Amino acid sequence: MSLALTLRINGQARVVELDDLRTTLLDLLREGLGLTGAKKGCDRGQCGACTVLVDGRRINACLALAASLDGAEITTIEGLAHGERLHPVQAAFLAHDGLQCGFCTPGQIMSAVGLIAEGHGGDDPERIR
Amino acid sequence: MKPFDYVRPRDLAEALALGSEPGTAYLAGGTNLLDLMKIGVARPDRIVDIGRLPGLAGLDWREDGGVRIGALVKNADLAYDARFQRTFPSVAEALLSGASAQLRNAATVGGNLLQRPRCPYFQDLASACNRRAPESGCDALGGETRRHAVLGWSEACIAVNPSDFCVPMAALDAVVEVQGPGGAREIALEDLHRLPGQTPERETALEPSELIVAVRLPGQAAAVARHSRYLKVRERTSYAFAVVSAAAGLELGDGAIRSARLALGGVAAKPWRAREAEAVLAGGEPSEARFADAARAALAEARPSGENAYKIELARRLIVRVLQQALAGAPETLPALPGSPLAPAFGNRHAA
Amino acid sequence: MPLDAAAPRAPYVHHGSNAGQPLTRRDGELKVTGRATYAADHRPEGLLYAVIAASRIARGRVTSLDVAAAKAHPGVVEVLTPANRPPLGRDPDQKSGPFGFRIEVLQDDTVRYAGQPIALVVATSLEAATEGAALLDPQYEALPPRTTLESGKRFPAPAVGVSGQARTEHGDVEAGLAAAAQVVRTEVETPAQYHNAMEPHAIVAQWDGDRLTLDMPNQAIVMSRAGYAAYFGIAPENVLIRSPFLGGGFGSKAILNGPQVLAILAARMLNRPVKLALTRAQMFGPVGHRGRTWQRLHLGLDGEGRLTALRHHAISATSSFDTFLEPAANASLHVYRSPAISAETEGVRLDTGTPSPMRAPGEAPGSAALEIAMDAAADAVGMDPLEFRLLNYAETEPGSGRPFSSKALRECYAEGAKLFGWAARPLRPRQMRDAAGLRVGWGMGTALFPCPHFAAEARATLRADGTALVETAGADMGQGAWTALAQIAAEALGLDPAQVEFRSGDSSLPDAGIAGGSGHAASAGLALHNAGQDAIARLAEIAMRDPRSPLFGADNIGVVARAGRLHRRDDETRSESYADILARAGQAAVVGAGRMQRDEEAVKERAMYSHGAVFAEVKVDPDLGQVRCTRLVGAFAAGRIVNPRLVRSQ
Ligand SMILES: Cc1cc2nc3c(=O)[nH]c(=O)nc-3n(C[C@H](O)[C@H](O)[C@H](O)COP(=O)(O)OP(=O)(O)OC[C@H]3O[C@@H](n4cnc5c(N)ncnc54)[C@H](O)[C@@H]3O)c2cc1C
Ligand code: SF4
Ligand code: FES
Repeated sequence: MSLALTLRINGQARVVELDDLRTTLLDLLREGLGLTGAKKGCDRGQCGACTVLVDGRRINACLALAASLDGAEITTIEGLAHGERLHPVQAAFLAHDGLQCGFCTPGQIMSAVGLIAEGHGGDDPERIR
Repeated sequence: MKPFDYVRPRDLAEALALGSEPGTAYLAGGTNLLDLMKIGVARPDRIVDIGRLPGLAGLDWREDGGVRIGALVKNADLAYDARFQRTFPSVAEALLSGASAQLRNAATVGGNLLQRPRCPYFQDLASACNRRAPESGCDALGGETRRHAVLGWSEACIAVNPSDFCVPMAALDAVVEVQGPGGAREIALEDLHRLPGQTPERETALEPSELIVAVRLPGQAAAVARHSRYLKVRERTSYAFAVVSAAAGLELGDGAIRSARLALGGVAAKPWRAREAEAVLAGGEPSEARFADAARAALAEARPSGENAYKIELARRLIVRVLQQALAGAPETLPALPGSPLAPAFGNRHAA
Repeated sequence: MPLDAAAPRAPYVHHGSNAGQPLTRRDGELKVTGRATYAADHRPEGLLYAVIAASRIARGRVTSLDVAAAKAHPGVVEVLTPANRPPLGRDPDQKSGPFGFRIEVLQDDTVRYAGQPIALVVATSLEAATEGAALLDPQYEALPPRTTLESGKRFPAPAVGVSGQARTEHGDVEAGLAAAAQVVRTEVETPAQYHNAMEPHAIVAQWDGDRLTLDMPNQAIVMSRAGYAAYFGIAPENVLIRSPFLGGGFGSKAILNGPQVLAILAARMLNRPVKLALTRAQMFGPVGHRGRTWQRLHLGLDGEGRLTALRHHAISATSSFDTFLEPAANASLHVYRSPAISAETEGVRLDTGTPSPMRAPGEAPGSAALEIAMDAAADAVGMDPLEFRLLNYAETEPGSGRPFSSKALRECYAEGAKLFGWAARPLRPRQMRDAAGLRVGWGMGTALFPCPHFAAEARATLRADGTALVETAGADMGQGAWTALAQIAAEALGLDPAQVEFRSGDSSLPDAGIAGGSGHAASAGLALHNAGQDAIARLAEIAMRDPRSPLFGADNIGVVARAGRLHRRDDETRSESYADILARAGQAAVVGAGRMQRDEEAVKERAMYSHGAVFAEVKVDPDLGQVRCTRLVGAFAAGRIVNPRLVRSQ
């Protein structure tokens, strides 16, 4: 069974032929579309390395069935910067050295962008955590 | 993961028709179902994606001050709804104490109610588990049992229900609206999950193809709003399931407790409504001693199912604490560390 | 170019100021945009996906695997089991040096621990390979696993850690304890810890004839080629390892493991590239861990609270089939002054995977136990924990009596205590509560870590345009090697770091040794520094020989390399740019080589450690047992700080 999905990925409309319905959004992005910025740290919703925005909100791409996302608007780390200009959250991670090995950094940045977009930001570090 | 067919029904009727085929699983947010499919615990032949069924994703406020919550409302949307937060702060706090922001954005109300146990033997295909494979035995017995039940368990299964959301909902007399091929019916949330008895594989009162369409909080439940709390003891301050949790609501008047509501999480296969404790509290003056009596009453029937006797004492102490906090009153805004007993000590600096 | 080629040595001084700058990470932009490529991000043409089937029992035998069911699953290409696994060039049960562990690569049907690979399924998609592995439905003949101290077999330790001594005694500990006014006994158990870097082990293996390319996270990029080569009967030079980014390592990614070998084998069998990424659950088994320890300490104290003897005994757990013993007891040998100190380790065999070096092997669990024992002793003599440690301060290395190359632990104590406000700590425990009624506890401990130097090589090329290329096969797993090493090289080259291109993370580059033991910056850094100096010396040689150069004849006076120019040391107005020197000489580049070799004499004479002091505050809800660490202050004497921004974010 295969399925044609219409997705908007990083602002671009794409029709994706899904030939295995078991494919998660994360595996579709990474293995199917070559968008490898989102990482697989656990594949069980436990680590957040796979965080992307779906319709403007952050979710774990590893626990989303790609088939269920027809018509969705997806933003990954690759779609955050405007050309050469980094998204302010990306720039802030860089300036404050908010990364080390960098593996889950895309997930952290997408989560921070989602946090702000969802209106739960603010200046209370406890609350942001 | 086993290959499956995938169908997205247009409406409820179609969903119910599709759902009556054996081997079908309903997919809502998928954060529990997909997880279990990955580890082979769930192996459906067909997935019926109810995620976009019309009419199930809204809040409907009732004249009596109660609310009807559509089954597809996201955990995050419910928890952050301003009116809901004000009216049912302990429910909002319970939701925010669970999982992560990413998961709460995907998880639905219906899926949360029906999430499966976190018993590690249930999740390990090499272990015997009556719940996963009826009459195969229970390897949890005599195994790693620190997180298992102390109330309502049987030799057939000692798992606990992992949901935070269910706990205050049970305390507040929530009602589950169900649709099945045979029509609509209602189930008290308290009766949605079954105690294991000899048939732990029958986890809920739902028939296989029945769908939860909504869950209702009655107007009376709002009476305790100002004095309701949810507390959750866990092994990390965030992003961990409850070891033991408790939801309490007090209706106060003339210096006395008019009525009380108390439910426990993490102690049984269902959210555990502590009616004996409520009886101890009702009509009396709030005091440390009465709270302790209530705590004793709530756990009177408790017995360890393994190396978890500690949970009984922990639950008693947590009840005293949650009652103290309920008495003090729900905070104006939800604490920065939702559900944490440590919350009063940390970060409450600004509004949500 | 041979690295040892005798380079002309022009005396020069440098006034570099690159090292010490808080530059942002060179790889930072790649990392914040998702463009940094980790092993599992590779998708070569024709890629196949491999998935490990792992044992769910801890001891026994696999009696059946439903290979037919797995093979029948659409997309499954091959199933590797002990029945059809092709031969390997090396016996996986043969030990091969201190880092060469026995591995499980389907040599037979025995199960030695939970999580052991029992089959490998290869398919055209990850989904198919995963389901294929599930369909194998292994049946077992299980034996009772031995996983507790009591059930495991004890044995005298031949060695601990990577060829460390299992028994050391300085002075007479028995006598010291007998003479003590009191002896404080402490027992500490530490659990197994798994490296579990955020990036699970992953490998993409591709064969081209008998040449093998591996995209994998690797902490010892050049060195580890030999291990893979041996398993496949090829020369180490035929193995190319690419490891530009590692999603954390903690020691686990320095050591060859069974799943990697199986993936490479499958790629050769099927003559297609194969990707294998372990699941998070599979990280608990075949890829090493820190073994459990049971430690007992005896601290003998005189009437004033001075140590008369310190005995540290540890039982360290290893697997049933190989030996790596956490050198926990040895952590007590170098910290506090005591006339007599002994450290002794015994082994115990458990049905687990074999432990391996993990982030501060020995120091981590050993110093935890020692510091707990020191607190117990301070309490026993009624002293403040910090005061007690100062009383037992080691001015020279305990045991050997060697002077320290540097030791600023006293300053660390003072600085940390001041920042933390330690002076306000009440002497007896359980005295403090906060406004919310939580109990407040303050504690502190000493940190100590050796300063290892490993062999490393590097190359620096000054290019015609005045910029430089520096190369070494270093590994950046988040510590900031790309940045710090480039800064060190830039300093030696008298260039701005922006003018220095840094290539790393590839086994075709000069060997940077192993990124482990907190020795990478010192090792690869010195190699780079020497390479840079060598390049400058060669450039200076060209200039000083050239009558048209303002530096002509500067020989004994020397030159200074700064901002892309060489200056005469006695007259800095006489200078010339690198580019001009090369242009006139008609040379496209000048290449310098450098290596780091430990100065064994210096090591014999001096004890080298970095030191630190850590102060912590925790709050405890005593009724509910909830604990939160609310403050942590660390003061470290960690040597020269190459990049303060990177150090701070540690
Ligand atoms: C890492 C992690 C941490 C978590 N931590 C917590 C925690 O701390 N506290 C907590 O409470 N929860 C926690 N959860 C669980 C989480 O709350 C649930 O996974 C989520 O609520 C399930 O909702 P869903 O919509 O994704 O359900 P799904 O996965 O879609 O469905 C779950 C089950 O319910 C059935 N179902 C769903 N909707 C309906 C319906 N309307 N009618 C009939 N059947 C239906 C499905 O068939 C399935 O069997 C955690 C989950 C993860 C992965
Ligand atoms: S406790 Fe219940 S869920 Fe856990 S193994 Fe036993 S039967 Fe299964
Ligand atoms: S990969 Fe860990 S949450 Fe998705």
